[in-house]
Amino acid sequence: MPTPVNIITVRNLVKKFGSFIANDHLTFEVKKGEIFGFLGANGAGKTTAIKILCGLSYPTSGEVSVAGFDIYSRREQVKKNIGYMSQRFSLYDDLTVFENIRFYGGIYGLRKQEINSRAHALMQRLGFEDARNKLIRDIPLGWKQKLAFSVAILHNPKIVFLDEPTGGVDPITRRQFWDMIYEAAHDGITVFVTTHYMDEAEYCDRVSIMVDGKISALDTPENLKLKFDAPSMNEVFIKLARA
Amino acid sequence: MRTILYIIQKEFLQVFRNKSMLPIIFIVPIVQLIVLVNAATYEMKHIRVSVVDLDLSSTSRKLVSKFQGSPFYRIQKTSFSYREAEDQMKRGNVDMILQVPAGFEKKLLKEGQAKVQFVINAINGQSAGLTNAYSTMILLDYNREVVLENATPAMMAGIRSIQTDYSYWFNPKLNYKTYMVPGILVLLVTIIGLLLSGMNIVREMEIGTIEQINVTPIRKIQFITGKLMPFWIIGLFELAFGLSVGKLLFNIPMEGNLGFIFLSAAVYLFVILSFGLLISTITHTQQQAMLVSFFFMVVFILMSGLFTSIESMPPWAQKLDRLNPLMYFIRIMRMVLLKGSGFADISRYFWSLVVYAVFIVSLAIWRYRKVA
Repeated sequence: MPTPVNIITVRNLVKKFGSFIANDHLTFEVKKGEIFGFLGANGAGKTTAIKILCGLSYPTSGEVSVAGFDIYSRREQVKKNIGYMSQRFSLYDDLTVFENIRFYGGIYGLRKQEINSRAHALMQRLGFEDARNKLIRDIPLGWKQKLAFSVAILHNPKIVFLDEPTGGVDPITRRQFWDMIYEAAHDGITVFVTTHYMDEAEYCDRVSIMVDGKISALDTPENLKLKFDAPSMNEVFIKLARA
Repeated sequence: MRTILYIIQKEFLQVFRNKSMLPIIFIVPIVQLIVLVNAATYEMKHIRVSVVDLDLSSTSRKLVSKFQGSPFYRIQKTSFSYREAEDQMKRGNVDMILQVPAGFEKKLLKEGQAKVQFVINAINGQSAGLTNAYSTMILLDYNREVVLENATPAMMAGIRSIQTDYSYWFNPKLNYKTYMVPGILVLLVTIIGLLLSGMNIVREMEIGTIEQINVTPIRKIQFITGKLMPFWIIGLFELAFGLSVGKLLFNIPMEGNLGFIFLSAAVYLFVILSFGLLISTITHTQQQAMLVSFFFMVVFILMSGLFTSIESMPPWAQKLDRLNPLMYFIRIMRMVLLKGSGFADISRYFWSLVVYAVFIVSLAIWRYRKVA
């Protein structure tokens, strides 16, 4: 097995909002092709960190490199190579399924034929053929989330960032959603996912757990459970959060 | 370039999918033109007069009948008590009191001059001034008749009078609508343009889609251009539509080259739309954007020269008005449509708009932050 390459490298990342420190000297790497779980309670600083990695927000200090590009100097290169699905819903309500796909494909610079063929393949895979011309506002939330994820990886990015992608979604759809994540990882896309469903943490290759702006643990789920002597990730999380 | 087309396509889809948009684009302009042009008039009609004729002579009656015969006046009441008339004025039932003092006729014949009194309600200074001017005109006319009636041929020979005849340029019949329509059309494209663009980016912020766009490699200039173009096209269409309605309904003159109108409108719309986008980038909710746009719109409109003449504003206000894009475009519209001005005449205003457009587009692009 070849030594995995680091696709994200973060060194001493700090983000302050006034006197509040949202990210306190974060240091970690994400390896190419892995599913990296970014865990933490609400307000632990997950979204802040993910926004910095996506180039939506400036870090206060620290070194960050994403997809091999420095986040300060090669921001636009970073953006070509990443996909992002925010916890807020990111498709246009008043456009149809196809129009949304076409728009995002278009602004990533895909050609028309490419957009059409990818849209077709995507809708077939999701079983959305009948919903092609339905407005987003008229389709169920679970469908929207799956579509949003598919749109986020439409341009074949190297990394996709998912910020609480399964919030408010029923267990079956969540399961299906994770199938899609595995599929993407299988296709070679590195997945960086935040969640606070601890069962989902078990699906990740490695997880980091943030508490109050700091990373207090980072390892595979198995190692973490051993280390904290806990039967599940849920227990690991509670032990860490209480400490 | 292709990226921009995709944004334009998406904006158009969203505008026309919005159920309230089509009526706004097609019906509002017609209603606005019909209502505003007919309502916002300076012409005084039906000035309500209370006559206090204490003389009751044939001369005084003749004077009163002069007012009666004018289409601008309506004799509301005739009484012998000034107090009663004043009471009517205080209650707001009449706009003017015409008092003819006792002994008017006698004095006029004997001494060759006599006085009458106009008391005018001047709460609205503008209309009071007009009422005064109209009334003085009637009095002068009457005066001349009196002189002619009482003069002997010998006296006539000695009278050399200068008569003033007026000819009003560019609007010979002093048709108020001719003057208002071009200005109202500017209002129309301004309101639609400023609101559509002002609400736009901030709306994407509210629903969260802006983040999804900000993680793409799209360039700021592409984004802003893609956002501007649809509203620019709608604005120009709106102007063409409004001009047609103005021509059909009010038969407004189109003396000059319409090409200059559209050339100026193209630049003007850039100013307004960028202004809207700028507002959109400094606000956080659609409500804020709406209030800020509204604030600027009211100031711009009131200082635009649409209702009041810019030349009568104090010097500092005139200087400040150079920042008012409406002022330039209303001038250009009136000059080209009513006077048939050519490019040389409007060039000063045109280039001012160009400078304004470049400045404000740059400001909007600079203010729009992909990274917080």
